[in-house]
Amino acid sequence: MTVAVEPHASESSAQPGMSDQPTIAVRNLWKVFGPAEARIARQSGPGPNAESVEQTVTKLGGTIAVQDVSFDVRPGEVFVVMGLSGSGKSTLVRCLTRLIEPTLGEIDLDGENIRKASQVRLRELRRQRFSMVFQNFGLLPHRRVLDNIAFGLELRGESKATRLARAQEMLGLVGLEGLADRYPEQLSGGQQQRVGLARALAGDPEVMLLDEPFSALDPLIRRDMQNEVIRLHDDLKKTMVFITHDLAEALKLGDHVMIMRAGKVVQIGRPEELVARPADAYVEDFVRDIPKSHVLTLRWVMRPATPDDPVDGPIFPSTAVIRNALHAAAGTEKPIRVIDDNRLVGVVDRASILETIAGADPG
Amino acid sequence: MTALRWRTAALADPTSARRALAVVLVIGAAIAFVLFRGQATLTHDDDFPLFRSLNGVRDVVDDNRYVLDPIRSSVASLVDVFNFAIASLGWPGIIGIAGALGLVFGGGWLAILAVTGFASLGILGLWEASMATLGLMLAAVMIAVAIGVPLGILAGRSRRASAVIAPVLDVMQIMPTFAYLTPMTLLFFIGAAPSTVATLIYAIPPAIRITALGIRGVPEATVEAATSLGATSRQVLLKVQLPLARRAIGLGINQTIMMALSMVVITAMIGAPGLGRNILSAVQKVDVGAAFDAGLAIVILAIILDRLTFAAGEWLDPRSHFTRAQTLRQRLVGWSGPAAILAAGLLAPFAVDATRFPTDITFSFRSAINQSVDWFTDSFSGITKGIKDVLTANILNPIETVLTESPWWLVVVVAMILAWYLSGRRASIIAGLCLSAIVLLGLWGHSMSTLANVLVATALTLAIGIAIGILTARSDRLRMVLRPILDAAQTMPAFVYLIPALALFDATRFTAIVAAVIYAVPPVIRLVEIGLRAVPLTIVEAATASGATERQLLWKVRLPLSQRALLLAANQGIVLVLAMVVVGALVGAGALGYDVITGLAQGKDFGKGLAAGVAIVLLGVMLDRITQGAGGRRRSTVARAG
Ligand SMILES: Nc1ncnc2c1ncn2[C@@H]1O[C@H](COP(=O)(O)OP(=O)(O)OP(=O)(O)O)[C@@H](O)[C@H]1O
Ligand SMILES: [Mg+2]
Repeated sequence: MTVAVEPHASESSAQPGMSDQPTIAVRNLWKVFGPAEARIARQSGPGPNAESVEQTVTKLGGTIAVQDVSFDVRPGEVFVVMGLSGSGKSTLVRCLTRLIEPTLGEIDLDGENIRKASQVRLRELRRQRFSMVFQNFGLLPHRRVLDNIAFGLELRGESKATRLARAQEMLGLVGLEGLADRYPEQLSGGQQQRVGLARALAGDPEVMLLDEPFSALDPLIRRDMQNEVIRLHDDLKKTMVFITHDLAEALKLGDHVMIMRAGKVVQIGRPEELVARPADAYVEDFVRDIPKSHVLTLRWVMRPATPDDPVDGPIFPSTAVIRNALHAAAGTEKPIRVIDDNRLVGVVDRASILETIAGADPG
Repeated sequence: MTALRWRTAALADPTSARRALAVVLVIGAAIAFVLFRGQATLTHDDDFPLFRSLNGVRDVVDDNRYVLDPIRSSVASLVDVFNFAIASLGWPGIIGIAGALGLVFGGGWLAILAVTGFASLGILGLWEASMATLGLMLAAVMIAVAIGVPLGILAGRSRRASAVIAPVLDVMQIMPTFAYLTPMTLLFFIGAAPSTVATLIYAIPPAIRITALGIRGVPEATVEAATSLGATSRQVLLKVQLPLARRAIGLGINQTIMMALSMVVITAMIGAPGLGRNILSAVQKVDVGAAFDAGLAIVILAIILDRLTFAAGEWLDPRSHFTRAQTLRQRLVGWSGPAAILAAGLLAPFAVDATRFPTDITFSFRSAINQSVDWFTDSFSGITKGIKDVLTANILNPIETVLTESPWWLVVVVAMILAWYLSGRRASIIAGLCLSAIVLLGLWGHSMSTLANVLVATALTLAIGIAIGILTARSDRLRMVLRPILDAAQTMPAFVYLIPALALFDATRFTAIVAAVIYAVPPVIRLVEIGLRAVPLTIVEAATASGATERQLLWKVRLPLSQRALLLAANQGIVLVLAMVVVGALVGAGALGYDVITGLAQGKDFGKGLAAGVAIVLLGVMLDRITQGAGGRRRSTVARAG
């Protein structure tokens, strides 16, 4: 039923020239909750197969929350994990810095094997390089907003003046100026989430793990915050693992999107890959209502250029989404010329643009 | 044919099968009683060999004084430190501190309550005694908190520690006060030291339990967030768990103080100075008026300490500061009032004699109370004596006869079957073990007398408590009236309950039962009311819609649905009653409680007293387990245990 896609098999060509060392590399990660966990964790050898784990779980009791998950997160990208409620997203992201101890599998952060890291080393990583924003905020109710934001710096032992100054700066960054002296209880859910975001940013981490950070926000603020993440990402070059159960959000933010279902990976790929080539019926069902023209780039609809094609059609880069070319296409009969690195890589006929729009966007 | 049909019907319907079983059991027990009456009754022997050998325990302990004496002397010196501090502050200092704390924690009304409360202790002529009680109690509470809060933190953070500590606390919670006394005299003789230790042991469970609850109640999400930011275990404790559990810890200390106050009065029996001694001697002389004054002083002390520590807990909760004044100026203004009161108290010794409370204004209820008691006895002795005689002759004596004249093995068997029926196999085994141990202790007869008292008192307690509970659950007005009374009743130390019982019924076996009923009814009322009110409204509405009358609603819906609460009420009632029936030895109940008292007083009966203490605990464990019910619940919200 589920097709586990070999990680990055389909896109190794899509990302040429990026650094080889992934920021996060996860291999065959399992997390089992409950009595069966101890037995399964003891299994050694070349990794268990799903059947033997399932048998142990049925026999001893427990839940398989994460099942044989592998993926890479490249430096500087936004990696989105997407799936329905209960599919194991939160568990997975907690396993990355061992807030939850994984049952089986390997996790490398910048090439360092995290499963073998000491508690001291883990703490160092959590303090300096990784920070997390939680689905349920996790703010300290007995501290003011400002002290909540400064909390991570306090744990590191920064001086009071330094950390409060930094916290004040972060407060401005997330747009909560003036609320420094409030207590978390006195904030709306969305404001609390921004405090969580500011707290995570305060430590200036290289990698941010965000667990459904916007699920408590109303659509307008949500869009603002999404743009905020895009801006943070562009300006500060943070690597992000972003969890969501909203496909539109996933496609909007993700450089890569991993779709999970019942603990398993269903598909990993660029947003347009998911839309253009869903790995199975499950993903297809998901992406059915997504307007393809908003996601797909011209690369997906172009055809090789022939000598007969007119050479004075409008020019677009291959990364432009179809929707953006619609206006130009409407104004001319000539096919659009798709350019990559100043090289003509193909052409797009007006008909195929209209088809994509009509096909996925009936009405 | 018919028999077969009956059997299948019984099998199909488990309740009727259980009912049939109960009937068979009762009939069987009755037949066995008639057949074997008077055999194997184990008559009491004051010189039972075990008692002698227990006397020998003392020699063993005496050989190990080098361990115990340092403890004894350090505890005694801690009490001395508190007494010295209280004495040097003098009465104006104490009242000043109480007022200042009241103002800081709870505002003007609390300050007034604290000041007038302490002043009235002096006006009652009981300043010295009250301060002796206070000093002892503070020493015990200090040690209890110093040990209990860290243990609670440990239990809150580690499942394993909690698994070790929780069962110990469960047993401690059902140990009646009297059971602690004899072992303490064994270890530390009599006086302030054993009293402090007994008090602290008795009072430590809430400090541990509520602290652990508080730590465990800290939201997982906040702990996780701190960990994700790289907090060490220590940082999580100091910066997240402790601040958020502060309120719970405050509540735990509040409960510890209340229990300590209750116990410190009872330790008068092993030589503790203070108000307990006044009550003890007054009760022994049947001087109800004098007992009333001292009892009132205890109640006043209890209320002040309860309100002060409760308010302190709220005040300490950082979340309560949301709306507090923030500016420095406002803060200075806020602190000036308490500072002024404190300064007045501390500077007063330059103007007045602080060592002795002025005798210019004194007031005592003693003669007034004694006169009204005399008047009451004169006019109503017919009625009270009637009630007493009827209940004694028709209920108490028959039950006692059945229990004492049955062969011991029959009682054991019936108790085991009953325990199985009500609470399952484990309870049955524990009941069997407890009763057998009592046989071996040589206190069978006395234990059965005490058990008879407990059963009668429990029946009365439940009847009264459930009736009033039903009424309060139905009427909000009655609830409003009763609530402060119940609140006050729950903060009063056990000893105080002897006084009204004594006033009504003089010193007899029945008096102890009345005291126990008065003592145990308030928590029962409360539990019943909570249970009845918790019945979902939709179910009540559905029944009403189907045409149920008020009466049917009560019997067919509300009571069955609150079965668990009723069981819990029965369990609480029975544990409290046992504790009080034993204390009731002071007002005429004989048996085990009396054995403990004579053991305290006379060296040669020491072994018997010790054995009686153990027997009381065994009875308590047995009754607790039998009534614990099939629900498998654990006592987590204990209102109070005496
Ligand atoms: N501590 C735990 N003990 C046992 N089972 C757990 C625990 N935490 C999670 N699970 C189970 O693991 C599965 C995955 O849960 P997880 O919280 O990772 O889902 P999720 O994808 O984050 O869902 P949501 O979108 O609702 O947040 C669920 O079936 C859940 O019941
Ligand atoms: Mg989740």
